[in-house]
Order: sequence, then C-alpha cells, then structure tokens
Amino acid sequence: MSASSQQQGPVVRWIDQRLPIFSFLQHELHEYPTPKNLNYWWNFGSLAGIVLVIMIATGIFLAMNYTPHVDHAFDSVERIMRDVNYGWLIRYVHMNGASMFFLVVYIHIFRGLYYGSYKPPRELLWWLGLIILLLMMATAFMGYVLPWGQMSFWGATVITNLFSAIPWVGEPIVTWLWGGFAVDNPTLQRFFSLHYLLPFVIVAVVMLHLVALHTAKSNNPLGIDPKSDKDTIPFHPYYTIKDSFGLGVLLIVYMALVFYAPNALGEAENYVPANPLQTPEEIVPEWYLLPFYAILRSVPDKLGGVVLMFASIFILFVLPWLDTSKVRSARFRPIYRQVFWIFVLACIVLGWAGAQKPEGAALMIGRLATAYYFFHLLILMPILGKFEKTRPLPESISQPVLKN
Amino acid sequence: MTIFKFTAAAAVTALLAFTAAASEAPVPPAQSWSFSGPFGTYDRAALQRGFQVYKEVCAGCHSLRHVYYRDLAALGYNEDEIKAIAASVEVQDGPNDQGEMFTRPGRPYDRFKSPFPNDNAARAANNGALPPDLSVITKARPHGHDYLYALMTGYKEPPADMKMTEGMQYNTAYAGNQIAMVPPLSEGSIEYKDGTKATVPQMARDVTVFLAWTAEPEMEERKRLGYKVLLFLLVLTGVLYAAMRRVWSKVH
Repeated sequence: MSASSQQQGPVVRWIDQRLPIFSFLQHELHEYPTPKNLNYWWNFGSLAGIVLVIMIATGIFLAMNYTPHVDHAFDSVERIMRDVNYGWLIRYVHMNGASMFFLVVYIHIFRGLYYGSYKPPRELLWWLGLIILLLMMATAFMGYVLPWGQMSFWGATVITNLFSAIPWVGEPIVTWLWGGFAVDNPTLQRFFSLHYLLPFVIVAVVMLHLVALHTAKSNNPLGIDPKSDKDTIPFHPYYTIKDSFGLGVLLIVYMALVFYAPNALGEAENYVPANPLQTPEEIVPEWYLLPFYAILRSVPDKLGGVVLMFASIFILFVLPWLDTSKVRSARFRPIYRQVFWIFVLACIVLGWAGAQKPEGAALMIGRLATAYYFFHLLILMPILGKFEKTRPLPESISQPVLKN
Repeated sequence: MTIFKFTAAAAVTALLAFTAAASEAPVPPAQSWSFSGPFGTYDRAALQRGFQVYKEVCAGCHSLRHVYYRDLAALGYNEDEIKAIAASVEVQDGPNDQGEMFTRPGRPYDRFKSPFPNDNAARAANNGALPPDLSVITKARPHGHDYLYALMTGYKEPPADMKMTEGMQYNTAYAGNQIAMVPPLSEGSIEYKDGTKATVPQMARDVTVFLAWTAEPEMEERKRLGYKVLLFLLVLTGVLYAAMRRVWSKVH
C-alpha cells in the first residue's frame, strides 16, 4: 500500500485494505511516471476517451426515445429533435460526436505513426488501438443506419453487400446479416442492438489499451526510454491539467459545430426517409470512412476491392515488423519525417476521392493514392529502416531540455 | 520542411475541392436570410406570411407531418388563433365506443392535416409523382434554403432544343431541369393578410422562411444557448491554460 493512502481517513483505509481502488487510482492516475517532454499531440488519447464517454452518455438518452422500427425510426428521431426536452441538443452532440471521435482518434493514430509508438515494447498497445478503431467503424456505421434516412438505408445496403463478394458463402452470409432478403426491419433492429452493445466492448478494449499503456509506459517525442526519475513527472497534476486544457480547446470546436453548423458534416439526403425503391444519385459514407471507401472503389473487381479495403487496416497490425528502423521518433529520421507527410497527404486525398463519383480523373487520383498508401507501408517502411541514416539520439530526455 | 508546406497546401486544396463537388443539382445562388449567421433569427412577419402561402398553396399537395398546430405559437399566434386555425380542418379520430371512426374539428395537439390519406393516393392525384413531405425539406436538400427559393422562382420556358417529357415542367433549379410540380406560385395568387404585395419572389421568400422554421424549430434557442456555452468554454479554457502554465512552471 502506498504511503499517501495511509494518510487517508479510516473509511478509505478500511475499503482500500479490502479492495485497493484508492491505491490503484493513486498509482495509475496520480503517481504514474510520465515523460516530461510530451507535446500537445499526446493530448488526443485522453480526448478520445472523453468523447467516448460523451457518446455513451448521449446515446443512452437517445435510446430512451428512439424506436427501432422501419415505420417509426425516422419519425422517432424527428420527435427527439422537436418534442423531447433538449432532444435536439442531445442528438446533435451525439451526431457530431461521431465526427469528433474519429477526428481525435485519427490524429492519435498519426501521432503514433510519427513518433513510432507502435514499436517494441508497444506492439500490443498498438494492436488494441487498431481493434478499437475497427469497433468504432462498425459502431459508427450501424449508428448511421438508425435514423433510417435514404443514406442510412442505401449505405447499409452497399456495405452489407460487400460480404457477397466472398466466394461460395457470400450470398448466404449477406442473407444472414440482413435477417431477410433485403435490408429491412430485422436488419434495423439488430443494428440497434449491436450499436448499443459495441460501445461497451470499446470501453473494455480501452481498459486493456490503458493496461498495456501503463505497462509499457508512454512513448515521447524523442522516442527514447526515460533513464532516471529526472526524465519523468507524475501524471497528476502535470498531465491532468494539460489534458483539461486540451479538452477545453476540443469542446470549443465541438460545440461550435453542434450549435452553429450541426449538419455541416452530414449528408442532406439522410433527412429524406428511407425508400427502398429509389436509389440516391450518389451513395457516400460519412467523411471518416471515405478513405476506405476510396480504396474499395479503386479496384474494378468487387472481391479485390473488399480485400484491399480490409487489408488497408489489417496491414497496420504488422507495421511494428514492417518498420525495420530501430529509431522510434521521426525527429531523428530525416527521410521518414518527410515521407510521413506524403502518407498523411495520401490519406487526405483518399478521403477526397471517396466523396467523388468513381470515374475519370477522381478515380485515377484515388487509385494513385491507394497505391501510394500500400507502397508506403509495404515497401518504403521496410527499406527506409535499412538505408536511412538516422541522426544521433540524445543521451536522455532531460539532456536536450537542459541544453536549451 | 518544404515537403511539409507542400503537403499542407495540397491538403487545403483537396479540402476545398471536396466541399465544392458535393451534389449534382446546380448550386443555387446564395440569398441573404434573416436566420443566417450566429445571431440570425426568424422574421415573425415573414413566418406568418410563409405559413399563409403554405396553407393556401402548398398544402393542397404537400404534407407537414412532423408539425403540430400547437407549434404555431412560435410564429407569434396566440392560443385562440391557434385553436381557430386547428379547428378549420376536420381530422379523423376514433374508434369511439361503438368501434367507429369519426371526424371532429382539429385541436392544437393534432399534427398538420395531410392532404392525402397515404402515398398511393398522393401519387394517384399527381400523375404518378409523389409530393414530398415538407417538414424537414430545407435540411433534406443541399443548400436547402437557397435551393427552395431558386426552385420556386426557377420556372421558365424550356429551351427550344429541349425535349420535355409529357406533363413535366422546365425548372432551372431542379436536377435535370424537368420537374413534375406545376408552377405553384403566380403573381397575386394569394392575398397577404398584412397587405404585402404577393409577388412570386416575395411568396417564394416567405414560404422558404416558414419551411426553414418547420425544419429547424429549435434554431433560435440553439444559437442563443450556443454563444453562452462558447463564452463559458472560452473563459474556462483560458483559466485552464493559465493554471497549466503555472503548474508547469516548476518543470525544467
């Protein structure tokens, strides 16, 4: 038991001797030794956790007023918007929260890529993060189906149909997913059930992500391990206050969207009730899934597209071994720190291409960006690690700080 | 760092192109609306005129299923006026204790009465075309407000070389330029209660304001609450920044 918990009152001590929650919190949130040189890019992990909590909290209240039935779903959402007290606020916070969640998580992932946070000993930490990303995508996709607008219905049709590309068992699998022979009421009801379930699975994986983090400890912008107590500071108050400030900034952006442009990131088409007899002009997913949609559509063959799309994420699981460089941080990798930004650009271009009709120049640009995405991960990363001349690493975290 | 700058510039260009290439219908010319901007509100007089246009013109074919008569209080009508407006329609209710459906005058808690009992009846009466429900129409179209105004004022003679389908109208704002809806507004087709001259652009503007409200009845409250929330967050974030600087001043 830690010294400080003995300073606590008798009640806390009584509980702590039987269930050490207080010394656990003291150890993991208060004392947890954190590198003292973390920059603002390290804010995004905790921000993602807070957005997850906001999503679950608002989602619970939405579920109290939502009706998962093809005849009532659209109307029940409108009822939330009009007749439930502050229903419009809860729904807009939830709707834009999905965008915020992905924005924050994508930045978090790119931070990991730049500073080599996926390298030993953090491979499992990285895997758990990728599993969270996959769960988020599934949850977001099913959540988007719930308002039962045109884009909900046709998005669900397109995405579930991807599974029909699987040879032999494809068609039966799609029928099984739908619970029928088309996207219909059984599909909506199971999506609602799963949309409620998966966030709690995400919470569980986030816990594992944190356990792995606190075991391997935080990486830092220099990518070198802390050598002594001089290199670390306790998590509280230093990073609790820094994360609080970061949260304030995020909330300003988030709430500006909620109150002044609540539908800016959505498709107008989804305010048209679902109509199975009328296909919309264009079927596009929400912005955060567009890069993957572009990869899917860059292949003329359906199965090939599906395989490539899933590969684009699964390939990230082997990144710790594809990247052969011993140096973690891009700060000391003169070439990688440049090609990293080309990779970021390729991802943004993929997002743009995903929103275009898959034809002409947009299709070509999408294909080039797809090719570059895989070239970067499969070819550039292994080669760079072998041939890149890295800059000398500093002695310790406090060394370069002291010099300045 | 040059690659970084290049990347940033390219990213901004890509995002701009992304926002520009959203939909197929021609982008309607931007109008100025009283409800635009962070402090915009609905013009009550325009709302009431727009309601009159809806009631006397659009309501013949278009439903407003998500709006209740009681909601009209937001337009500035008092309780008696709303009761009178609701009572002007006969709604079906029931079954009564004999098990039979009956009609009664509308009440404030009723939804706006739809012109047709179901979609099939609507199609049958409209040459096979389904007049969409207008409750959220301004949110359901890209650039919804400008689009609606452009559509209402966009009826023209078709170009000589254009082959029009039987029963279709030429409209500059509609995707494909052929729309099933006959021109709904014509000069002086209604007589405004407040004496405003009922020109086509005037009626188009007013009904757009009304439908902006039906789509986003919470807008004024949302914006009012929004600047309080943002002001609070700005102050809070400032305080947190100062606290962070102070805590971190001990770290070297």
